[in-house]
Amino acid sequence: MIIYGVALLSICTLTGMFIGDMLGKMLGLTSNVGGVGIAMILLIWGGSYLTKRGLLSPKTGQGIEFWNAIYIPIVVAMAAQQNVVGALSGGPAAILAGLAAVSLGFALVPVLDRLGGRSEPLPPKESPKSESQDLNTASLSVSAQR
Amino acid sequence: MVIESLTKVVNGYGLVSGFAIIGATMWLSYWMSAKFTKGRLHGSAIAILIGLVLSYVGGVYTGGQKGLVDVPLLSGIGILGGAMLRDFAIIATGFGVDPKELRRAGISGVLALLIGVFASFAAGAGVAYAFGYTDAVSLTTIGAGAATYIVGPVTGAAIGATSEVIALSIAAGLIKAIVVMVATPFVAPMIGLNSPRSAVIFGGLMGTSSGVAGGLAATDERLVPYGCLTAAFYTALGCLLGPSLMFFLFRGLFG
Repeated sequence: MIIYGVALLSICTLTGMFIGDMLGKMLGLTSNVGGVGIAMILLIWGGSYLTKRGLLSPKTGQGIEFWNAIYIPIVVAMAAQQNVVGALSGGPAAILAGLAAVSLGFALVPVLDRLGGRSEPLPPKESPKSESQDLNTASLSVSAQR
Repeated sequence: MVIESLTKVVNGYGLVSGFAIIGATMWLSYWMSAKFTKGRLHGSAIAILIGLVLSYVGGVYTGGQKGLVDVPLLSGIGILGGAMLRDFAIIATGFGVDPKELRRAGISGVLALLIGVFASFAAGAGVAYAFGYTDAVSLTTIGAGAATYIVGPVTGAAIGATSEVIALSIAAGLIKAIVVMVATPFVAPMIGLNSPRSAVIFGGLMGTSSGVAGGLAATDERLVPYGCLTAAFYTALGCLLGPSLMFFLFRGLFG
């Protein structure tokens, strides 16, 4: 049932956010400490555990994959509500501070990447005919590669 | 009468209207990507760019702080792109990720987070210094803003920065998020951002959740879960180090 997948995703989300909030409180912060990250780890481990035991039917998976596929439109909606005017009105100091941080970040990616063992680049993407299908085959081919 | 009914339906079914509007934007973006760039500039990158431009237009038109969402008929986009559904969908991208891949990237991720926070503070404070700020409080706050637009005000409020400096730090963080969204697909081939491990490092170095989410989506959506996973810890780490370690460091350096 599709709802099982949605419910699994919801439970992981709520648990992760709850742990993140508790961690924040323990550290004396007002922000949530890595709630999204913790929830993702729960879903990754929970999902692969259930898949290995054959407890996760394709229908259940679809309940999660729908949200996976709707993710880019949600990011677009998020972009449409950024305070772009406010950002630009901060003047050259704000713009340069932001740009400097981004440039330094970009420059450090290859430096840190070289420190550890090489990681295989993902295989080239197929032409995106159908978005959801593309995502499915992508995640399948990733796990098959390893 | 027609207008009245239309307004009532669009406002009453805000989220549904959001799906329709964003769906149309996506279709237009993918069409433009195929037609004018032969797919070289990814459709989602164009869509994010359109979103940002519309957000600017909306901000100028309404004078509000939430871009397009302040336009009454378009408030449904706010529900679709709000924190709840955004986090829900980001977490969903973790489905299908190989736990082995994650464990292999673990230490690089932690290292990237620490270096990323320090680098952002240094970059932001450096620019602030060049613009004539010499006190430790302002330098730390603007440096914190260069981390993310949440770390900036949290740090500034904790160490007693002026509201002008706090506003500047928020603006720096917003610029960072926007630049990461727009520039990542272009820079990605140059910095080898093409593997799960490099995405984990990228997320840790940049930290801005919205920037990393948008930037990676426009580069290769399969990298999204890896980058967002580390980015999720960045703001908290920044809020933790900003008013403490970073402030002491800057106070030691600048008195």
